[in-house]
Amino acid sequence: MAERAPLTTDTVPELPRHFRFQWEPAQNAHVLLFPEGMVKLSESAGEILKRVNGAVSVSGIIKDLERTFPGADLGQDVMDFLEIAHGNGWIRPKQDK
Amino acid sequence: METAGSVPNKISNPLWLLAELTYKCPLHCVFCYNPVDYTSYGEELGTEDWLRVLRQSRELGATQLGLSGGEPLMRDDLEIIVREARQLGYYSNLITSGIGLTEKRLAAFKEGGLDHIQISFQDSSREMNDFISSTKTFELKSKVAQWVKEHEYPIVLNVVLHRMNIDHIAQILEMAERMEVEYLELANTQYYGWGFVNRDHLLPTRDQVERAEHVTNEFRARIGDRMKIYFVVPDYHSNRPKACMNGWGSVFVTVTADGLVLPCHEARMLPGLTFPSVRDHDMRWIWYDSPGFNAYRGDSWMKEPCRDCPDKAKDFGGCRCQAFMLTGDATNADPVCDLSPYHHIVTDAVDRANVPGKPVTVSPILFRDDRNSRQLVEKKQEPTTETLEGLQHR
Ligand code: SF4
Ligand code: SF4
Repeated sequence: MAERAPLTTDTVPELPRHFRFQWEPAQNAHVLLFPEGMVKLSESAGEILKRVNGAVSVSGIIKDLERTFPGADLGQDVMDFLEIAHGNGWIRPKQDK
Repeated sequence: METAGSVPNKISNPLWLLAELTYKCPLHCVFCYNPVDYTSYGEELGTEDWLRVLRQSRELGATQLGLSGGEPLMRDDLEIIVREARQLGYYSNLITSGIGLTEKRLAAFKEGGLDHIQISFQDSSREMNDFISSTKTFELKSKVAQWVKEHEYPIVLNVVLHRMNIDHIAQILEMAERMEVEYLELANTQYYGWGFVNRDHLLPTRDQVERAEHVTNEFRARIGDRMKIYFVVPDYHSNRPKACMNGWGSVFVTVTADGLVLPCHEARMLPGLTFPSVRDHDMRWIWYDSPGFNAYRGDSWMKEPCRDCPDKAKDFGGCRCQAFMLTGDATNADPVCDLSPYHHIVTDAVDRANVPGKPVTVSPILFRDDRNSRQLVEKKQEPTTETLEGLQHR
């Protein structure tokens, strides 16, 4: 396994090419779909991944979440989740193609 | 994916729909997991039937869709099915040998929203020879892989391993590298369908498996992240069964070419159960209420040694079809388990296999084709139990 560069607040995350994020009415949850697999996301994980679009940086995502859920200090939680997601290969730093 | 080992008071919804669109296939693989009596089945479902199945299953919550067969490309409405699947929100996987794939069809699949393609390597020994000696078959697969790549799909290759090809593992890996495969699945044969009939020809020796794993690991170390390799050992070589289908009627549902709905693609063989057809019932009733789907849900059907076993929530007693095929009773523990009183059936087969060289069996190898299927259908009419011994002494 090659080393994965750690995420920073400047990283712009995106979903890998063949991943899809969508709302599942039957599960009442957001899910991440990929070849032969699926992850059912908790509400907060869903809120975070909803903002992963290959255009906004991690700090932008945190800011946006703090606007939506005022009063909460979310920075560390978001970072922790994104690290896990990155480790599992659910997100990656934006690539050029 | 959570699963309950005890009697579920709440039945989980299906997540995985396997559509076995057709049993037609230009190939004749000896390990084919299709039912051996496919020639006796009724007419294939029509396009409208499939679209209805997709809709109804999606309403129940299925997200992953496998489009398989036979060879799914044999259906000329595959483009329509793919398109509908995407519109409904499925993540769709096409499982194909690549034979019959054209650039035009591939472009239509891409455009229709197909998510993923798995090229399975269908090995007759001639095809395998052609492949490892880098001739026709290799060229065909490479061409298909190239198209797949051009349409921005990852290249996923599945190769079924068995006694007759497993020693070629180094060449197989090398070819996969030349094809720029990104995901390689090296799965040992599962002994169902044609694979079961041909089992003694296909079961590798323990040495063969170990050597192949060793070669694969060395290759893995060299190639690093460029290719992800999964190596699946035959479950006969282990002493605890696989958690078959993640539990009966828990996440998987198969719809066969002729419209039967099954909790696993082999379940049709089980005696005493009748499985409903999508021609007569809707998927909701079938999944939640049909007797077939409830037969082995939870664990109330279990006997010893499974009933009081701490692992029953982990492996659900293994595979019902394997239990039936090997012991004649689907409620027995899967005899792969060393706690099963029938475990010797599996170890005997492995011991027989462990004699290197030509397999010790009297039965000829049977290629999957219509003629052999019809003959096996006739045999099935005989009033014998289809246990392993029964099959062998005929
Ligand atoms: S395993 Fe071989 S024979 Fe069976 S359906 Fe697949 S390609 Fe056809
Ligand atoms: S006894 Fe049954 S439940 Fe226990 S490990 Fe064996 S197959 Fe699984």
